[in-house]
Amino acid sequence: MLRKALALAAVSWLVAAAAQAATTALPPKDVHWSFEGPFGQFDQEQLQRGYKVYHDVCSACHSMDLMSYRNLGQEGGPFYDPKYPNPNDNPYVKAIAKGFQVSDIDQNTGDTIHRPATTADTFVPPFPNDAAARASNGGALPPDLSLIIKAREDGPQYVYSVLTGYVNAPAGLSVPAARYYNPYLPGDLTSNWTGAGAAPPGGFIAMPLQLTANRVTYDDGVAATADQEAKDVVAFLAWASEPHQTDRKRLGFSVMIYLVLFSGLLYASYRRIWRNVAH
Amino acid sequence: MSGHSTYEPKTAIERWLDSRLPILRFSKDHLMDFPTPKNLNYWWTFGAILAFCLGAQIATGIVLAMHYVPNAAMAFNSVEHIRRDVNYGWLIQFIHANGASMMFLAVYIHMFRGIYYGSYKAPREVLWLLGMIIYFLMMATAFFGYVLPWGQMSFWGATVITNIFGAIPVIGPSLTSWLWGGFAVDDPTLNRFFSLHYLLPFVIAGVVVLHIWALHVPGNNNPTGVNVKDKTDTVPFHPYYTVKDGFGLSVFIVLFGAFVFYAPDAMGHVDNYVPANPLVTPQHIVPEWYLLPYYAMLRAIPNKLMGVIALGVAIGVLFIMPWIDTSKVRSMRYRPMARWFFFIFIVTCLVLGWCGAHEPDAVVIPGVGAGFTLGDYPINSDVWLSRLGMLSYFGFFASLFLVPMFETPLPVPESISEPVLAHPATVPAGATAAPEKKG
Repeated sequence: MLRKALALAAVSWLVAAAAQAATTALPPKDVHWSFEGPFGQFDQEQLQRGYKVYHDVCSACHSMDLMSYRNLGQEGGPFYDPKYPNPNDNPYVKAIAKGFQVSDIDQNTGDTIHRPATTADTFVPPFPNDAAARASNGGALPPDLSLIIKAREDGPQYVYSVLTGYVNAPAGLSVPAARYYNPYLPGDLTSNWTGAGAAPPGGFIAMPLQLTANRVTYDDGVAATADQEAKDVVAFLAWASEPHQTDRKRLGFSVMIYLVLFSGLLYASYRRIWRNVAH
Repeated sequence: MSGHSTYEPKTAIERWLDSRLPILRFSKDHLMDFPTPKNLNYWWTFGAILAFCLGAQIATGIVLAMHYVPNAAMAFNSVEHIRRDVNYGWLIQFIHANGASMMFLAVYIHMFRGIYYGSYKAPREVLWLLGMIIYFLMMATAFFGYVLPWGQMSFWGATVITNIFGAIPVIGPSLTSWLWGGFAVDDPTLNRFFSLHYLLPFVIAGVVVLHIWALHVPGNNNPTGVNVKDKTDTVPFHPYYTVKDGFGLSVFIVLFGAFVFYAPDAMGHVDNYVPANPLVTPQHIVPEWYLLPYYAMLRAIPNKLMGVIALGVAIGVLFIMPWIDTSKVRSMRYRPMARWFFFIFIVTCLVLGWCGAHEPDAVVIPGVGAGFTLGDYPINSDVWLSRLGMLSYFGFFASLFLVPMFETPLPVPESISEPVLAHPATVPAGATAAPEKKG
C-alpha cells in the first residue's frame, strides 16, 4: 500500500511534467501598470475603483481571507486618510465593515448571533466552506484572491488577460456544460477538439465573462468600460497581494543609496590602508 | 602559523582575565594579527560574506520564529501574517527567503574559488572536508526552510525529496514513513522540519568555527598557491583584510538589497503563493535554483534507485576531491590544461541547472525540433542534455586525476612576493615589504 503510494507520487510527478508540455495558452496581453518598476506606485483612486469592482462583482464568489477591513484604510491602501493614521479610526473603513454581517457568540447567552463586522474582522467570505462554494459553482472552487497576483506567473498581465480575454469558442471545440472557453487560461483542449489542425490555445474556465461595460458604477465619474474595470480590479488585487510593496520600494531606495555611498567609503579606506603594500 | 602572541594586557582587569580565560588574547591573535597572504584577491572575500549571510539568516530567522506557526493548518497564513501585519515583517521575511539564495550564491563562488586555486589540497584537506559538511548542512537547512511556508511547492518539493529515500532497497518505505512521521508529508513532517530548520544553523555555526580553526592552522592559501615563506608575504588580518572584506561585503549587500527590495519573489516560485494542497499536484515541481543541477542529474537516470545513487555520488565526489587530484601545483593559474577543464566545469554546472529548471522532454535547440533523434533517442531534449552534463560533471573529477599526467605546468613563482614585485606597475612608490603596524 505504501509502496503503491510512493510509486503513485513518483508517477504523478512525471505525469505532471508531461502534462505541462501539452498545456497551451496565449501569452498574456502586454499592459503597463502604475505600480511597475522600482519607483512604481499605486493610484489611490484606481485602488478605490478596484475595491468597488471586487466588492460589487468578484466577492459574490471569491473570498479574500488574508484581508481585513482595516487593511483598506492603512497607509498605501484604497481608503487611507492621513487624518486617521490608525485605520481602525477611519470612518469610511468603519462604514464599509459595518455593511457586512459576521457570526459570533453572544457572551451572555452563548447563542450564535450575527453582528455587524468591525474593522478588525477579515473580509466576510461569500460561502461558509469550500463544499458550499463548489456546490454553487458547478463543482469548481473559486480561488481565494488575496494572493492571486503573486500566485500566477506574470500575475497582473495574466489576470487582466483572463478577465478581458473571453471569446466565442471556435467551431470544432465542444465546450462542456457550465464551462467557458478562455484562450489565456492554460489548458489542454485536444480531447474536446474536432476541428482541423491542432487544438486552439487556452482552456475552459468555470467563471463566465464578468466584466462588461457599466457592470459597476464608479463614484469618481470614470467611464466603467470592461477594460477599465479589469485594470482597476487588477490594481486592487496587486496591492492586496502585498500591501507593503510601496513601503518596500521606498525603503529600498534609501537603503541602496546608503549602501552605495558606504561601499565607496569602504573602497577609499581600502585604498588608503593598502597604499604601502605591494599586492 | 600565528606565531608568537603580540597581545599585551594593558589594564589590571585584562591581566586578570588573561590568566583565567585568554579570550582577548585569542581574539587579537586570530581576528586581528593573524598573518594573511597579501595577494588575496576579491574571490577571497566570500568567506567573510558567508559569515555575514549565516549571521543574517540566524538573526532574521529567530525573529521569524517568534511569529511563525509550524502547523499545517496555520503555517501558510502565519507567513502572510508576518508579511502583512508584523512591523517590518515583510523586510525580515524577504531578507530571510532571499538570504538563502544569496548564501548559496556566495558558497558556490567560495567553492569554485577553492577549486580553482587548489585550496582543498594538502595541507588543507580537513578545511575542505569541513567546508563540504557545511555545504551539505546548508542544503538540508535550506530544504527544511523551503517547506515551512507550506505552499504548494513547499509541500510537493518535500514530497519529491523525501520520496528519494524510498528508493533505498528494503528499508526505503519504512525509512520514508519514519521521516514523515506518518504516511504522507503532513503536520508531523512540518513540525520536525521546523525543529531541524531551527537546529541546523547552529550546527553550521559550530562547524564554521572548526572550519576557521582548520584554516588558521595552515593559514590561507593564495592565488599563486605558493606557501607563505616569511613575514614579507603576509599582512595582519586587521586592518588589511577587515577593510577589504568589508568592501566586498558591502558590494554584495547591494546585490542582496536589490533582490530584497526590488525583486523579492524572483528566486521563488509562484506556486508557493498557493497554500499546500495534497490533492492538487503542481504542473511543474522544481526545487530552488541552487539545487537544480542535482535535480537534473536525479532525473537524467530512468531508474529511480540509480538516479538517487548518482545524486549521492555527485555530492560525495566533492568530499574526496583532495585525494582525487594528483597535481603537485595548487593554483590553476599555472595549470594551462586544468584551467580549461575548470571553466568547462562551471559551464556544466550552469547547463545542468538550466536542465533542472525545464521539463525532461523540453526541446533544447528550438529550430531543430523535438523529433531529432539519434537511433531511437530524442537527443535534442532536456534529459539528454542532462546526461551529457552529467558526463561532463564527472569528467571534471576524472580530469583532476588524469590531466597532471599530460600537463606541463607553467613555472611557479618562488614566493608570493616574487610575482607581486615582478610587475613594477603594481608597486606603489615608497612601498615597504614589511607590513604596517597600524592602519
